[in-house]
Amino acid sequence: MYQVGNLVKELSAKHGNTRESLMPILQDIVLKHNYLTDEAMVEVAKELDVSAAEVYGTASFYTFLDTQARGKYVIRVCKTITCSMKGKGDIVHTIEDILRIKVGETTADNQFTLLETNCIGWCHKAPAILINEMPYTELTPEKVTEIIKNYMQK
Amino acid sequence: MENKALNKVGLIFEKISPKEVLEKAYKMTSAEIIQAMLDSGLKGRGGAGFPTGLKWKYTAAEKEPEKYIVCNADEGEPGTFKDREILDRVSLKVYGGMAIAGKAIGAKSGIVYLRGEYRYLLPKLLIELNEFHKMIREMGYDFNIEFRMGSGAYICGEESALFESIEGKRGEPRNKPPYPTVAGVFSKPTSINNVETLVTAMMIINHGPEKFSQYGTKDSRGSKVFSVSGDTPTPGIFELELGMTVQQFVNEFGDGDTKAVQVGGASGFCVPRKKFAETIIGFEGVPTGGSMKLFNSSRSMYNVLHNYLDFFAEESCGQCTPCRVGCQQLLKGIEKVKKGEVKSTYLNELTKLADTMKIAAKCGLGQSVGNAFKSIVGNFREEIIY
Repeated sequence: MYQVGNLVKELSAKHGNTRESLMPILQDIVLKHNYLTDEAMVEVAKELDVSAAEVYGTASFYTFLDTQARGKYVIRVCKTITCSMKGKGDIVHTIEDILRIKVGETTADNQFTLLETNCIGWCHKAPAILINEMPYTELTPEKVTEIIKNYMQK
Repeated sequence: MENKALNKVGLIFEKISPKEVLEKAYKMTSAEIIQAMLDSGLKGRGGAGFPTGLKWKYTAAEKEPEKYIVCNADEGEPGTFKDREILDRVSLKVYGGMAIAGKAIGAKSGIVYLRGEYRYLLPKLLIELNEFHKMIREMGYDFNIEFRMGSGAYICGEESALFESIEGKRGEPRNKPPYPTVAGVFSKPTSINNVETLVTAMMIINHGPEKFSQYGTKDSRGSKVFSVSGDTPTPGIFELELGMTVQQFVNEFGDGDTKAVQVGGASGFCVPRKKFAETIIGFEGVPTGGSMKLFNSSRSMYNVLHNYLDFFAEESCGQCTPCRVGCQQLLKGIEKVKKGEVKSTYLNELTKLADTMKIAAKCGLGQSVGNAFKSIVGNFREEIIY
């Protein structure tokens, strides 16, 4: 859990406080904290003068606007056809072994969340993952191990 | 049917001065720009293939003073990655294409809707957008572009769902009519064009419509960028003249053991080896937004279909019943057939369901699930059963 503090006010100053500002505001909260708390969504609803249900309705529609607690680094492994054909399974198992979590789980120190996602547009360099917004491509178990270990030292 | 040989073309990434092309465009009238698009025969490069000139003509005809150009950069079709590459390498041409479209329809504002998966590109794109705004102001014109981000929803590539998303709502497609040319984003007349379409428009203004229309066939003019992936020694993006057969494509990109090519992504068609020679890639055969996936004989087409249906079941927005329930039932259905829990003739029932979805689903997503389903089940029935 995180405290929203003045963040929503700052973001509405940046993006405006009309309905069309909703997505940019939610996206920026997620950029900073990786997921939306109930408190954050209620604050946004107040700021934009819409019901909290409207905010939750919009947020819950979008895969990247998580309403469940997520770690500091969200790992999304592409599971669509080309990545699946080119070794996505081994990539998932390798990450599971390093972090000792399964797909859908977050590490106890809240550093990493492991998820699967649909096509991220790197089919020619499969298999691919996103860590927060950064893509990593043409992965092998060795390569992904090194990448995750680098993140662990951050 | 007219058929062209495989021919590599280099127009999309060609080095040009965006300023010179814009100067040329600003000397033309709106009607002249639209006529150039109509003469070129350009059809939208996102996949649906609506003639670009007509889209601009209809939007230009609207009396409303406030209009929009929206660049659809929500490239989510499995196997498509050309728009990312185009934005990464020649974003000024995308912005330039939007300004030309703006001049044609009478819009002063443009919005690029970029998929959330490509957010890492945004800082670079904004720096280049700054350059573009500076250039266009120095030229004495007024056209402003802003970015809006997606957040991981395939359906937002559907034009009306994309507008809903920009307006801060769930990305659920709207009823049509009204079409975007009449009431698009913020209910204003909107021309929504794919990234590649806008760059192609820039190129048509630069070289003239004849240069473009000399490529391709009657129904599929010009060249387009293909995203090639799967079992191929040379994955990547390639600009090719339209009108080649799947066989010619496989001769160039296959690994010698290609058994099927999925043309147009998960919502496209599966072409089996025995139909390679007779199938033209284009609007007269199998249309594509650029996604070309090759499968060799080591792959199970059951797994391929399962992967696509799983994708659709997750990405269906859930608004209309034929798509929401249909995607799930098709997925469960092939699992049951594979496990032998039902007779293999159950596939016939599922095919009827896919046909129903084509008629009854509200938008292109639900309507096109049957394309992959029927072409894979139709051509690889034994692989689905056992």
